[in-house]
Amino acid sequence: MKAIHTMLVLALVAALCTLTACSHAMRMIHGTGARRPAASEFGLGPRASAAGWYVATLEPAAPLRPRKMLTMRLVVRDAAGRAIDEAAIAIDGGMPEHGHGLPTRPRVARSLGDGLYEIEGVRFNMGGWWEFRLAITGARGVDTVTFNLAV
Amino acid sequence: MAHRTSAAIALLAATLGAAHATPDASTRAGWTRAQLAQLRAMAITELDPLPPDPTNRVADDPRAAELGRRLFFDTRLSANGRVACSTCHQPERAFQDGIALAVGVGTTARRTMPLAGMARAPFLFWDGRKDSLWAQALGPLESPVEHGGTRPQYARVIADHYRDDYEALFGPLPDLTLWDAITYVFVNIGKVIAAYERQIEFGASRFDRYVAALTTGAPGEGVLTDAEAAGLRLFIGRANCSQCHDGPLLTNHEFHNTGVRPRPELPLDHGRLTGASAAVSDEFNCRSRWSDARDRCAELDFLVTGAHTLDRAYKVPSLRNVAERAPYMHAGQLATLSDVLDHYNRAPAAVAGHSELRPLRLRPVELRQLEAFLRTLSGPVLVGGRTPPGPTQ
Ligand code: HEC
Ligand code: HEC
Ligand SMILES: [Cu+2]
Repeated sequence: MKAIHTMLVLALVAALCTLTACSHAMRMIHGTGARRPAASEFGLGPRASAAGWYVATLEPAAPLRPRKMLTMRLVVRDAAGRAIDEAAIAIDGGMPEHGHGLPTRPRVARSLGDGLYEIEGVRFNMGGWWEFRLAITGARGVDTVTFNLAV
Repeated sequence: MAHRTSAAIALLAATLGAAHATPDASTRAGWTRAQLAQLRAMAITELDPLPPDPTNRVADDPRAAELGRRLFFDTRLSANGRVACSTCHQPERAFQDGIALAVGVGTTARRTMPLAGMARAPFLFWDGRKDSLWAQALGPLESPVEHGGTRPQYARVIADHYRDDYEALFGPLPDLTLWDAITYVFVNIGKVIAAYERQIEFGASRFDRYVAALTTGAPGEGVLTDAEAAGLRLFIGRANCSQCHDGPLLTNHEFHNTGVRPRPELPLDHGRLTGASAAVSDEFNCRSRWSDARDRCAELDFLVTGAHTLDRAYKVPSLRNVAERAPYMHAGQLATLSDVLDHYNRAPAAVAGHSELRPLRLRPVELRQLEAFLRTLSGPVLVGGRTPPGPTQ
């Protein structure tokens, strides 16, 4: 009985030690405690905005690679698939696991019509999970869409 | 029943214990596919071809590089006739000087940076206040503590000693009594020196040979010791180094606050916070009248300025050849690699802004493994693909 007790205590200590080391390691990898979304949540879209007013798709001019200045096209439509032109689009983003934002200030350089916009000045300065957030203000109002990108 | 429980617990403890110990285990094989991809992306062979610099129309002209090389070593470009770029950027020391604060005509407030690969950096200096190599070169020439001379003096050096070579590239020397003409010649000094600096690159290190062996299917056996490979595993894993020191140059070319203490004897330095704004207003930046591509300035167009995160953020240095260039950090604050690793392990708070580091809590043996790995990053520094010729060659 005593032996089992000792074993139990030992196992508990081992488990605790591993847990703390583990939670520490988790913090290192997930700086802000952010959880990486499921693989199905990653991608360039089409992706619906939070309130479902818009559907956005990203079309990068070249594959997403770290440390390169990138240009991408953005397609914005409404839920019925109609092109949304003349929307004001604010761009934001960052790495939730590291707690930092985008290293540059990208913006929509021009609206090409038919729901197409050209975004310039995007740079992902590290490989990993990036959130790329758009606040789209169209005739209906503002709604946000968040892309999870694997760079 | 009690026995079954205790057996299960023992098994659990053993499994957890084993998981805890893996990073130190022999690492010959055992890289995952994702880790191999990451290692490959850090190899020197993965460097893209040198990007053009449209703001400098002589950037890739070999005649400009040759003239630039001579100017780089010419002490006549200084107030006292004793300082050249090579005084601080010494070719035999991988283009740096091995001291904490650089000494020219006076003493600077920062450490000399090595030059290899820096034609690939969008911003130059510890605070990134210059956006091209040619604009950068003009800084030390006019700094009172570095070369300490003046534009008219430098334009005269060109007229008296380099007229033919200069005119072959830029046409007849202008009338050197006009300030704009003097500045034009001064800018061209920067452009030819930049053409020379563009040729300075890193060669392959032992780390690169290890990656090459791994990617050709060979086990990489013997190229790195077990301790070095364990250090590499930490570097891309639990120690998080590759978060910033990534890619073939082991830098993301960004600016981060890592809580390095300022030197108490110097005025508080805000790093990138002032550097980013200085780049925007620089007399010689990409948008200036002296640039050869004023409409192609994406780095300035999308630059983040004025953000709190820039306070005391510094340029992430390449870690290639890092073991050969103590002391470390922007003002040579840390004397040895083990001091650097101790810093990362403790992650002290920043005196201004916020450090992005968190304590690593690595054990002494792990710190030694990391250091052993950093020492595998040493290799030759090449100029135009060869080891650098000295000043007289
Ligand atoms: C007195 C020593 C000294 C002299 C002379 C000197 N430098 Fe430097 N160099 C430094 C220091 C110190 C820094 C970092 C300064 C800072 O961040 O404010 C530096 C930074 C640089 C960088 C930036 C590298 C990077 O990674 O951002 C380049 C390029 C460079 N120097 C080239 C030159 C050239 C070209 C000359 C000659 C025209 C020159 N230097 C003259 C000390 C010197
Ligand atoms: C958040 C980004 C970041 C992370 C993570 C990081 N570094 Fe750094 N590293 C920097 C910056 C920025 C500097 C320059 C800081 C300064 O001068 O104040 C630097 C400097 C260094 C230097 C000194 C190089 C020199 O020439 O002075 C070494 C060595 C180094 N880092 C190694 C490491 C190791 C090893 C790790 C992992 C334990 C690591 N770094 C993690 C950003 C980072
Ligand atoms: Cu990050």
